[in-house]
Amino acid sequence: MIHFATLLERLLFAPRRNTKLAWISTWLTECPPADRGWGVAAMAGDLDLGRVKHGVVRALARRVLDEELFAQSYDFVGDLAETTALIWPQHHDDNLRPNSQAPSLEDVVLTLQGASPDEAEDHLAGWLDRLDVTGRWGLLKLVTGGLRVGVSARMLRLSLAEAFGKPVEDIEEIWPLITPPYDDLFDWLEDRAMRPSAEDRAVFRPLMLAHPMDDAMAATVSPGDFLVEWKWDGARVQLASAPDGVRLFSRSGDAIGPAFPELVEGIEWQGVLDGELLAGTPDAVEPFQHLQQRLNRKKASKTLIRSRPVFFRAYDILFDGKTDLRPLPIEARRDRLAEVIRMLDHPLYDTSAELRFSGPGELDDLRAQCREGGLIEGLMLKARGSAYQQGRIKGVWYKWKRDPLTADVVLMYAQRGHGKRSSFYSDYTFGVWTGDGPEKQLVPVGKAYSGFTDAELKKLDQFVRTSTTNRFGPVREVAPTMVVEVAFDSIAPSSRHKSGLAMRFPRFASIRWDKPAEQADTLETLKALT
Amino acid sequence: MGSADGIDQWIRPGPNGLEVNAGARFHIDALRASECVVVTHGHADHARPGHGRVIATPETLAIMAARYGENFTAEATPLPYHQDMVLGDTTIRLVPAGHVLGSAQVVIDHNGQRVVVSGDYKRKADPTCTAFEPVECDVFITEATFALPVFSHPDPETEIAKLLSSLRLFPERCHVIGAYSLGKAQRLIALIRQAGYDQPIYLHGAQQKLCQLYQDLGIDLGELKPATAGEKGKPREDLAGQIVIAPPSALADKWSRRLPDPLVVMASGWMQIRQRAKQSGVELPLILSDHADWADLIRTIDDVAPAEVWVTHGREEALIRALALKGVKARALSLIGYEDDAE
Repeated sequence: MIHFATLLERLLFAPRRNTKLAWISTWLTECPPADRGWGVAAMAGDLDLGRVKHGVVRALARRVLDEELFAQSYDFVGDLAETTALIWPQHHDDNLRPNSQAPSLEDVVLTLQGASPDEAEDHLAGWLDRLDVTGRWGLLKLVTGGLRVGVSARMLRLSLAEAFGKPVEDIEEIWPLITPPYDDLFDWLEDRAMRPSAEDRAVFRPLMLAHPMDDAMAATVSPGDFLVEWKWDGARVQLASAPDGVRLFSRSGDAIGPAFPELVEGIEWQGVLDGELLAGTPDAVEPFQHLQQRLNRKKASKTLIRSRPVFFRAYDILFDGKTDLRPLPIEARRDRLAEVIRMLDHPLYDTSAELRFSGPGELDDLRAQCREGGLIEGLMLKARGSAYQQGRIKGVWYKWKRDPLTADVVLMYAQRGHGKRSSFYSDYTFGVWTGDGPEKQLVPVGKAYSGFTDAELKKLDQFVRTSTTNRFGPVREVAPTMVVEVAFDSIAPSSRHKSGLAMRFPRFASIRWDKPAEQADTLETLKALT
Repeated sequence: MGSADGIDQWIRPGPNGLEVNAGARFHIDALRASECVVVTHGHADHARPGHGRVIATPETLAIMAARYGENFTAEATPLPYHQDMVLGDTTIRLVPAGHVLGSAQVVIDHNGQRVVVSGDYKRKADPTCTAFEPVECDVFITEATFALPVFSHPDPETEIAKLLSSLRLFPERCHVIGAYSLGKAQRLIALIRQAGYDQPIYLHGAQQKLCQLYQDLGIDLGELKPATAGEKGKPREDLAGQIVIAPPSALADKWSRRLPDPLVVMASGWMQIRQRAKQSGVELPLILSDHADWADLIRTIDDVAPAEVWVTHGREEALIRALALKGVKARALSLIGYEDDAE
């Protein structure tokens, strides 16, 4: 427990991802082997100590402190686990030195999994007496859930790969198959057993990702090198169908089937498809915003399914039945994909068409068409003859995005950044003009944190510091004098924002030191871009 | 145990802070310019410039002179620890409080009754100032900065060990420690020296004057150097792996950009609360306080055995509740104007 509590504390304070990864790897190699799996599960959010609820911890606190004093303490600290860890009396008895007879993480998990709430309370009280304050905090964080130490499942897999010298791709691949305490994972990592197998199970397979292509490279592309498709503006999804079920996964591997039952029902075929989830129907694609209304839900009502239809536009096939097609060249996979979609004969499944072009000039023309209608983000270029590999492999898949939209906006508010940027005002809210004459005022339309160089950031920071007109907590309001050209992927009506508009991925394109603020764009101009 | 009856007739909170009126009128740590003031210690919210007369320990007077200039008061009366001084119908005496160099409790005797004003104090060891001495009294007027059961300050040695182990783990990173300029900074340096660290320690400009004064008053802090000397704005690559001490406000300021890959450390009693420490962007919190923690506040009240406890500033509700549970009479004075965030 001590090792794990110390790790949680280090992770809480480590501001950088790399530092966190290093701490996890160190812990994996130093902690008692039986604790590793439970610790990984706890950090991944896959550990259920169901019956230890907040009530149990509150009851513990009542054992050692007056209720009113506890209420005042909790009010000040704001976290039940931490408050209880801090108020728990520290024993200085020589027979019971802190941490000398501390439980292991495995003891804690196995004991609590079979315990009633009353038994759990007694066990916890005994353990708290044997731990120091860090140990108590770690124990109570563990049992109340929600560790909040800034660690993702992806970071855990990277740390495991680092600590045991295995490719992270191999760990990604089996991740959906294993359950805490992951004995089969560690047996394989330590070369005592084969890698767990995904056969006959509908699990998420790591995706192949694309590198951005720049205009210079695009000018050298020939039809003999690359196969080209539209880059549709939807959500990347994977359909996995096996004897144990049919599942739809998001790009991060979350099962989202229950939100899209119409895509999962009626799939008789088995295998794995890679594709894009799009709003509308195969004959009439609709904008991303329509899809968003479905993406934000765990389940979809019948009304919503009717009013916001979606479909699956497939562009690759990873498995057909048990056969792994990933090593095959893309042309062979696409042929098989076309057959499978024909055979599926499902109204909500089609294939992403291959685009014909004779050379860079026609490729450029294709890209120029993307802006029309706003349904296509750009072009996908996939190297001929290539296998399906997980991750972002150099030189194989490329995305060549359409030119972004731009607008000239006025800087309105600024806030300090985080980590390396904590001494800089690096988060900016900007707005455009609305109204006329004396009514003319700025209305905020978005926020941007990127797109500027370090040298520009210094100048922007200086500008914010010298032009502050008002402060609201950490936020500084600045004089409306700085014009910035922002680039964004699209803009759409939104009821969430005061301006009635929401931009996708706004970032700085250039700072218009030369342009007077009155000449910045108006809300009407932006509305015309939706 | 004596009685607290009638004491509030001659000592009570007024608009300028705690006020004594017995043959003579004087304040303790007056919040605004006043005629005659007994100052417990040199922190800015307790020791203000512009009073007619200031009575304080010689060290506190030296600190005030260093901060505000020699003319911080019309008349400075040094009163060393343990010497009696008659003021009107009272006799006052200053007794070490263990908070910062020169810090004192004020013992006031009048008509056979005794009041002790603790000022800010701590009971943990501090190589830079004289240790707290409990004095039995009828009314004990105490601070309550860390008066919640969650505050249990660890031994300073374990906190310094954390810092030195981080320096070994990250020898390429500049360890910049936020520490209050009076008291905390010097105690921190002295503790680091006690732990055997003999490299130069680098100081933000705002820390230099008071560190120099501590050294002039005979407290050895080892070799100290300015952190950002040299050409303005030029990065100090040579500070990689070194210790820099700065006021907390400088950590997120432009000043810190000159430091190489800074690892932000903060030395304060508030660092006990992990989420708070985390939110303030601290990477290595050191729990190092110049105030009494919860157990020491209660222990001290047991030691001085007063008939009544009056609580000046901090989290008074909790302390009053805990004393009520012990059967000790206590009330809040609700003095406004003393900060607790500077710790």
